[in-house]
Amino acid sequence: MNRLYSALYETAMVAALLAGALVLWQLGVAVFRPPAIILPAPTDIWAEFISSPGFFLRMAAFTLYTTLAGFALAVVLGLVLAVGIVHSKFLERTVYTLLVALNSVPKVALAPLFVIWMGTGIEPKIAIALMLALFSVVIDAVLGLRTVDPDMVNLARASRASTFDILRKIRLPNALPSIFAGLKVAISFALVGAIVGEFVAGSEGLGFAILTAQGQFDTPRVFVCLFLLGLLGTVLFYVVEAVETLLLPWHVSKRAVPGSDH
Amino acid sequence: MAYVSIDRVSKAYASPRGPVHALEDIVLDVNEAEFVSILGPSGCGKSTLLKCVAGLEKVTGGSISIHGEKLSGPPLEMGMVFQRDVLLDWRTILDNVLLTAEFAHIRRSAVIDRARALLARFGLAGYEGRHPWELSGGMRQRVAICRALLTDPKLLLMDEPFGALDAMTRDDLNLELARIWQETRKTVVFVTHGIQEAVFLSDRVVMMDRNPGRIVEIIDIDLPRPRALALRETPEFGRYVAHIRHLFASLGVLKDDAPAEAEAIARAAAGGHGR
Repeated sequence: MNRLYSALYETAMVAALLAGALVLWQLGVAVFRPPAIILPAPTDIWAEFISSPGFFLRMAAFTLYTTLAGFALAVVLGLVLAVGIVHSKFLERTVYTLLVALNSVPKVALAPLFVIWMGTGIEPKIAIALMLALFSVVIDAVLGLRTVDPDMVNLARASRASTFDILRKIRLPNALPSIFAGLKVAISFALVGAIVGEFVAGSEGLGFAILTAQGQFDTPRVFVCLFLLGLLGTVLFYVVEAVETLLLPWHVSKRAVPGSDH
Repeated sequence: MAYVSIDRVSKAYASPRGPVHALEDIVLDVNEAEFVSILGPSGCGKSTLLKCVAGLEKVTGGSISIHGEKLSGPPLEMGMVFQRDVLLDWRTILDNVLLTAEFAHIRRSAVIDRARALLARFGLAGYEGRHPWELSGGMRQRVAICRALLTDPKLLLMDEPFGALDAMTRDDLNLELARIWQETRKTVVFVTHGIQEAVFLSDRVVMMDRNPGRIVEIIDIDLPRPRALALRETPEFGRYVAHIRHLFASLGVLKDDAPAEAEAIARAAAGGHGR
């Protein structure tokens, strides 16, 4: 009960803070009257959204779809790679080293190349989202799979457990907290990747909408897209966190501590 | 025939400062249904020896046979208990106990009654659905023992199982272990740095020294069974303890009582990360 109450309280505080900022913004615009092209009032931004909600929601849905597709592929590919890297010295020396080297390249700079390879459809955008999200999935999964108590593995080996059983029953569950830390970073990176993909080429998505609105100096429209992006990023992050709480009720950070109110 | 036969076993590691002789020329036979303790200071290789018997580490010289068969990996019908309980936080107590059966691909329905009975035997009835973090250190180690006993192994290997527990809990568990051994007559190899514990539990105590890790003496503990804690106040018990203490003192391992006790306390306080 305490937990629920404090969660509601925190949410209310955040909402109040945001509402306060919007009110200040509105007042600031009313008092200083900056040109609408520099800073539109929140009411103007809302009016812009209401004028064509279908368009904005379609753009947001496209970006969401690209992000989720890239993220899902990054999770599957990342976990497979991590398991391989942990179990094979060869893969560790080749794939892992290559990934670390690749990660130090500003991956956004590779986006135009993906457009040349895959065209201007949704594929290059998913590929960029995948590429940006992949690294944090692999790094944290490898870390989690490795940091297992050696005696836990000894116990399993002493019971003549197979390598697959050790992976399934010990290493993977043990790595889940670390994997989820990676997933929370990865979901944000996937969104960045989707937007970058839409910036480079395309005719749909919030990134595309921002770029066209900028070309027409339609600042309110840019702001609508930014708000939607912020909303999308926040919701995606909390969805991953909710899944984590659901899957890891046993983890230290998720336990309900009696007598504590957070 | 000996159940565990350790024949001139040695183990050396390569290290930057040259080879380290963790074990040298270890000869030891453990009979069926015998309780043998391996006692020695930190770094004498007693845990390494146990891991070699468990088939978890390879020997670099000599050989180990279990029930007449030369060891080439973890043997069948062996249970193991470590200093840390290594319970899995994401499993309930019951599911933690059932883990060894899962690894052996034994059906859950075939062992679940035994798991419950074992937990009840160790005073943990009613805790089946709890999670490890809800239990005290002593209870957790009891669960770890239940897990090792689940598949009714002939050989039980214990690596300083009570080293991280406080003295009272340790007494409790010593007594429970003695009782369980009395009932089941398993072959037990028990690694410890506690002299009293070793004498109280064992048929024989194997004393080891370090640099290189080797056996210095094996003594028979000829005390009546079943044993109660009051046994520790008898002069016979005291003589065994004194003998072992003198031997370690003559080897320079023990200077007096105080440092050893202090070390034991420090180990317990360190939460069992020392070895």
